[in-house]
Amino acid sequence: MTALLSIRDLGVVYRRDGSEVPALKSVSLDVLAGERLAIIGESGSGKSTLALAVAGLLPTGALVDGTIEWSAGQLQKPRSVTPLSVLPYTAGRPEGGVKDRQPLHFRLIGGRDIGFVFQDPSSSLDPVMPIGKQIAEVARTHLHLTWREAFTRAKILLERVRLPDPDSALHAYPHQLSGGQKQRVAIAAAIAAEPMLLIADEATSALDTIVQAEIVALIRRLVAEDGMTLIFISHDIALAAALADRIAVLRHGELIELGETRQIVNAPRHAYTRALLDAHLGLDAEPLLDRQGASA
Amino acid sequence: MSVLAVSSLAKRYHRGGKPFAAVDDVSFDIGPAETLALAGPSGSGKSTIARLVLRLIEPDTGRIDFEGADFLALSCAALRSCRARIQMVFQDPLAAFNPHATVGRVLDDPLRIHNIASRAERPRRIAALLERVGLDAGLAARAIHEISGGQRQRVAIARAIATHPSLIVLDEAVSALDVSVRGQILELLLDLQRQERIAYLFISHDLGVIRAVAHRIVILDSGRIAESGDARAVIANPQSAIGKALVAATPKLIRNRP
Ligand SMILES: Nc1ncnc2c1ncn2[C@@H]1O[C@H](COP(=O)(O)OP(=O)(O)O)[C@@H](O)[C@H]1O
Ligand SMILES: Nc1ncnc2c1ncn2[C@@H]1O[C@H](COP(=O)(O)OP(=O)(O)O)[C@@H](O)[C@H]1O
Ligand SMILES: [Mg+2]
Ligand SMILES: [Mg+2]
Repeated sequence: MTALLSIRDLGVVYRRDGSEVPALKSVSLDVLAGERLAIIGESGSGKSTLALAVAGLLPTGALVDGTIEWSAGQLQKPRSVTPLSVLPYTAGRPEGGVKDRQPLHFRLIGGRDIGFVFQDPSSSLDPVMPIGKQIAEVARTHLHLTWREAFTRAKILLERVRLPDPDSALHAYPHQLSGGQKQRVAIAAAIAAEPMLLIADEATSALDTIVQAEIVALIRRLVAEDGMTLIFISHDIALAAALADRIAVLRHGELIELGETRQIVNAPRHAYTRALLDAHLGLDAEPLLDRQGASA
Repeated sequence: MSVLAVSSLAKRYHRGGKPFAAVDDVSFDIGPAETLALAGPSGSGKSTIARLVLRLIEPDTGRIDFEGADFLALSCAALRSCRARIQMVFQDPLAAFNPHATVGRVLDDPLRIHNIASRAERPRRIAALLERVGLDAGLAARAIHEISGGQRQRVAIARAIATHPSLIVLDEAVSALDVSVRGQILELLLDLQRQERIAYLFISHDLGVIRAVAHRIVILDSGRIAESGDARAVIANPQSAIGKALVAATPKLIRNRP
């Protein structure tokens, strides 16, 4: 497979209260065209920073070096930009209630399109605009459609993400939907302009297990149907392994290990990866209760 | 005798003007030093049950017995002393504490409010509590917002055990933690349970976590009990539709160990 993008020696340092927070240290990796790549690691390891750097969405003031090269040979000098809506900084996993809205779709220099799905769908949806209009807006702007065409497309997208009753859903507002349904709408909007790369950053982490499985299945299907490349960011190694072709492991801003899912899961090279695997509490793991020899 | 016995508990709310049952005819009990897990999809009534058991809200109908006494009929004074014996730990300790308060202050409160230690004695008790949950006693001077999520959850546990409870309600208490930290917190909870014979009402949407620490499980669906029983047996062979769906949806890590 050919590389859709090549990241070389990517370093990101945030500046906060006069001090410098290194978030990524000399990360180099290729994202292959058409692959499902998972980025895993514990909170603060730099996963979101990597995603934002690829999308060209790092906040103003972040110090960036290294290169990100896209397949057609265009060099995108990774830099910090001020996007239309500035990404708010939240320590750890964001909890919602975000004032500035996060963008759903970006066109990079050279016309590279990226769809972005965040953990909290409310952060990228406008609470006072019907969801059909929000999806149509993305399609209209980026695909140069008329409103009429864009609405037709929005309805098809709501069907594709399996929102119940797409006709009336077009006119619904975000607050009328459940968390899982809102995430379906955010995904519909993220793919509305046919991006070649879809980035899902902890897109299922706020959902319960059953809804999470549905959303993962949805992402898998859409990516396959549209031939998109997927960067799937998660702190859950089991979830990542169930979806991804390859897994990249980040720790303290460094790329610790990158390999085929089978290799990472069965023959991790790095002790840290093994520790992450061992810490997973699966339905076949030995219960901690037994390990401690305790019982009621 | 059970620590907590809940019978025919019901709580209705209104949604879109219509009443619906957030908790509907729920009964279970928890024995001393036992962990009962509440599982179920989001909105199935887990947190509402936690809040009913903590008497943060009142049920429409049903009965709650705590340590053999009718918990709902307790007088104000009796309720206060009972409250010391039922403690709680929630998902986000930042939301539960004033983030600018020091760790020492957070632990001082229960000791003072429940007359557990004199003012002179309290610093020593606070140090002992911190050490009991695996933290350095020097952490007492730090502000809640300055310490890590894992440390904060240990502080929440220290605060919960300060009053020698017989029951701790844990509502998604480990859900926001990184896996390595989560493992340590679960080990700590098991250790405390063995040493202090504390019962846990352990709420989680993660069957892997439940299976690791719970003796019994109750699976909820739309406010009702779908099934219950031995945690491992139920998870290995769920009978209800929601139980099967939860097991099927749990990510499986298939490793071929050499
Ligand atoms: N806007 C920001 N300003 C300052 N520090 C930040 C900002 N965003 C992230 N960080 C810090 O950068 C590091 C990596 O964060 P992040 O990429 O969000 O990690 P992850 O997504 O893996 O949890 C962390 O130490 C975090 O606190
Ligand atoms: N104070 C309230 N007012 C109205 N509805 C509520 C209130 N608290 C909870 N609910 C509703 O009750 C149901 C159960 O909620 P909850 O107990 O929080 O579920 P869980 O913790 O299992 O996710 C949900 O439909 C929720 O929206
Ligand atoms: Mg992140
Ligand atoms: Mg809850």
